[in-house]
Amino acid sequence: MNALRRNVLKGATGAGAVAVAVAAGLLAPARVLAAIPRSAFEAKGMADAMKAMGVAAPADSKDISIKAPDIAENGAVVPVEVTSSIAGTSGIAILAEKNATPLVADFGFSNGAQGFISTRIKMANTSLVRAIVTAGGKTYTAAKEVKVTIGGCGG
Amino acid sequence: MAEPMKIRATMQGDVADVKVLMNHPMETGLRKDAKTGQLVPAHHINTVTAKVNGTTVLEGSMAGGVSKNPYLGFKVKGAKAGDTVEVSWEDNKGDKRTDTAKIG
Repeated sequence: MNALRRNVLKGATGAGAVAVAVAAGLLAPARVLAAIPRSAFEAKGMADAMKAMGVAAPADSKDISIKAPDIAENGAVVPVEVTSSIAGTSGIAILAEKNATPLVADFGFSNGAQGFISTRIKMANTSLVRAIVTAGGKTYTAAKEVKVTIGGCGG
Repeated sequence: MAEPMKIRATMQGDVADVKVLMNHPMETGLRKDAKTGQLVPAHHINTVTAKVNGTTVLEGSMAGGVSKNPYLGFKVKGAKAGDTVEVSWEDNKGDKRTDTAKIG
């Protein structure tokens, strides 16, 4: 256990995400996002959700494209498609910034799966839809605003 | 037992395009029943796993923020026509479902 912990720390110097996770008492395995704790899905507000995910300060990236409607008439079903052309993309997380619990879903890719995910999410309010991409131990982000005319949470 | 998923997998060049439609209410636990005024208990898928010929390609976690009857689309490079795609999910009540489809 201690040896593993040391290796993780050694292998990830400079990865603020891991440092935060360790500081929070969570030992993060190799792929940070795949192992994001279940509590991240219950974290309220963006700051807490990011903290629970162990993501410190992801860099903005133009290589992430988010396809979502500019105006969603029904917040209960908002189609979102995230494509990452960053080499070595291993994970994509989707967050709706103004939802009560912003983290919506997280996906990890391996064995030939491309940095692409398409799904449908619920949005409480007009807000940014943010994608957080993990590639080669670093995190990148991009966001797109979606205007919601009827909220999808709380009915 | 949960309703079966619909899985469609097609080859687009050298990439398999997989589309999955799951049947699940995806209750957040924050919604109130219109008649009783009581909160509807949370009931949503927690984890999703996809395999091609037994090898894991996608591992997902989700919560009540994903729409009812979740849709999932993903792409797998290196898969071939005739390969088997297996998708499984497990929800917060311990219910599970696994379905398979052939890549066409």
